[in-house]
Amino acid sequence: MPHDKTPPPAWDSPLAAGVVDRLKSEAGALLPILHALQETFGYIHADAIGLVAETLNLSRAEVHGVVSFYHDFRDKPPPPLVVKLCCAEACQACGGREAARTLLDHLGADWNQPAHGGAVVVEPVYCLGLCALAPAALIGDTLAAGFDGAELRATVDGAQ
Amino acid sequence: MTRLYLPADSFAAAKGADQIAAALQQACDARGLPIEIIRTGSRGMAWLEPLIEIDTAQGRIGYGPVSINDVNALLDAGLLAGGAHQLCVGAIDDLPWMRRQTRLIFARCGFIDPLDIESFRNAGGFSGLEQARAIGPQAVIDVITKSGLRGRGGAGFPAGVKWKGAADAKAETKYVVCNADEGDSGTFADRMLMEGDPFCLIEGMMIAAFAVGAATGYIYSRSEYPCANAVFARALDLAREAGLLGAEAFGAGKPFDIELRIGAGAYVCGEETALLESIEGKRGMVRAKPPLPVHEGLFGRPTIINNVLTLASAPWILVNGAKAYADIGCGRSLGTMPIQLSGVLKHTGLFEAPFGLTLGELINDIGGGSRTGRPIKAVQCGGPLGAYFPPALFDTPYDYEAFAARDGLIGHGGIVAFDDSADMAEQARFAMEFCAIESCGKCTPCRIGSVRGQEVIDRICAGENTEMNLAVLTDLCQTMKLGSLCALGGFTPYPVLSALRHFPQDFVASRKLESAL
Ligand SMILES: Cc1cc2nc3c(=O)[nH]c(=O)nc-3n(C[C@H](O)[C@H](O)[C@H](O)COP(=O)(O)O)c2cc1C
Ligand code: SF4
Ligand code: FES
Repeated sequence: MPHDKTPPPAWDSPLAAGVVDRLKSEAGALLPILHALQETFGYIHADAIGLVAETLNLSRAEVHGVVSFYHDFRDKPPPPLVVKLCCAEACQACGGREAARTLLDHLGADWNQPAHGGAVVVEPVYCLGLCALAPAALIGDTLAAGFDGAELRATVDGAQ
Repeated sequence: MTRLYLPADSFAAAKGADQIAAALQQACDARGLPIEIIRTGSRGMAWLEPLIEIDTAQGRIGYGPVSINDVNALLDAGLLAGGAHQLCVGAIDDLPWMRRQTRLIFARCGFIDPLDIESFRNAGGFSGLEQARAIGPQAVIDVITKSGLRGRGGAGFPAGVKWKGAADAKAETKYVVCNADEGDSGTFADRMLMEGDPFCLIEGMMIAAFAVGAATGYIYSRSEYPCANAVFARALDLAREAGLLGAEAFGAGKPFDIELRIGAGAYVCGEETALLESIEGKRGMVRAKPPLPVHEGLFGRPTIINNVLTLASAPWILVNGAKAYADIGCGRSLGTMPIQLSGVLKHTGLFEAPFGLTLGELINDIGGGSRTGRPIKAVQCGGPLGAYFPPALFDTPYDYEAFAARDGLIGHGGIVAFDDSADMAEQARFAMEFCAIESCGKCTPCRIGSVRGQEVIDRICAGENTEMNLAVLTDLCQTMKLGSLCALGGFTPYPVLSALRHFPQDFVASRKLESAL
């Protein structure tokens, strides 16, 4: 399926401030705010750290510590297509490693390394809850399961 | 109007169910056949997904696994009347996989429209909550305690004891937290319930909140579950609109509401205290205990934190009584466990059964053995921190104590089967690697030991000072077991040592060389 999502807007302080404002009064607001910022812009811009810290009355170090602790949060805009490929045990048992190798070789890139001129990146994920149909992947917003290397490669090519 | 059922569950979605639903609707429109497609949860027979079901006088007849190219042929064969076709599996309720189960938690999953409160009620939903309110908080805790229900998140701690602890704590504000961070590989029961019967979990959380006196609940789910989170968020909205949650959830002046929080890709946040830290907006660092969460939990208040399946067991127990539940199961493992089969088995999916089946029955009878033409070599039970069992141990009954006696783990109920193409040294190495990636960093044995562990396994497999390095690995595992604050560091040695004990030949350099040639 071709990717028809419009790219997220570039970093924009007033827009970000609005996102932060909407959520700041929740108990334990930091994670919901970071999720919302990443949802809006695709990543957490460096300027967001100060903005969030100031609003929630935290130190920059604290906010930075949280952003870097969680694997999901990005500090750079992601490629238009992110392929999250499950690397956990049920997928390993069903040829997940081999499928991953085929895809990465095809793209000529390693894990987490943008390929095709920054059009696509393959990232590891540890379980998508599709273990009974392993191996599994989330290709953009689309779930896929039970593929071999060639099928995965074709699906990813089709999604770009 | 013929009624068809097709899961919207992630299993089916990953196999193209949304496209099939659209194609089916289009084809029926073109043929002038009036149909209504009800999108359900999954029955748990993953190998049959996408599974179309049709109402007939003989009950629901199933067809699967359906691909988009089958739609017209199915209609030609009289799908809407339950006609014969090679994809027809017959009446769902008569399938051995379904007949052999005792579905207490998953009774409605795959059967009803998960977002239709009326269907939920008509299928017995909310009667557990009504019973709870009729007998009062104290009696609810009594029933849960006597039922023998143990936590399904991994540790198997008695739910009643936890609930009593929080109920007895003196505080204005208390919390109920549902742990839906289902990070164990090979597990998907929480996801299936959130997608297939979210009101069951809401009812369970309400019973728990009513019992301990909490006005606020949190459910902490994971970002890897976008479908489950969307369905659950919608279910919460519907419950609020219906007045089931909100200012008068438990009657006038007795509010209760639930907030959905989503993790950000950290396995350790499934550990209960790390999870609380995460809801509070911090890094997911494990807290030292005491204080226990029932005394000082979320935002420092008394908190019960339970797994999805623990909470979702409560409604059935309230309706049917403690004794009915305790009569199911074996030893001190009472009630049912939604067992999740995956890996190279013929039949993979969710199978809810009383404790006590042997591992061999689960693998060979229920799971149908290997589908790859290669024999089963090992099964990992209980997620990434669980041991690998060889076929020689398949007589182990599925029971918390029996598994523990063999250094194994029931955990959250996952069983992953590997055939003989698996390299158990590689699996052992991965256990260490996963621990290193996911460690919260608080304890040195976990943070550093897991990195060292990978190096040592590499050296053993390369044939460097094998004897000495084996001793180093064993020592390292011992240090991790003893010197880790939580089970991430403390249990990673189990998959490692079980792989080494049962499959020593996989760690031998010469064999690697041989297989590489
Ligand atoms: C590293 C680690 C990860 C865990 N992940 C989960 C999880 O994803 N879901 C869960 O319910 N429990 C998980 N647990 C267990 C919880 O700490 C806790 O025992 C459980 O939430 C209690 O609920 P229960 O008594 O209903 O099982 C994990 C524990 C550890 C040490
Ligand atoms: S064992 Fe590992 S994950 Fe657990 S508290 Fe220690 S460092 Fe953190
Ligand atoms: S282990 Fe890959 S989806 Fe669960």
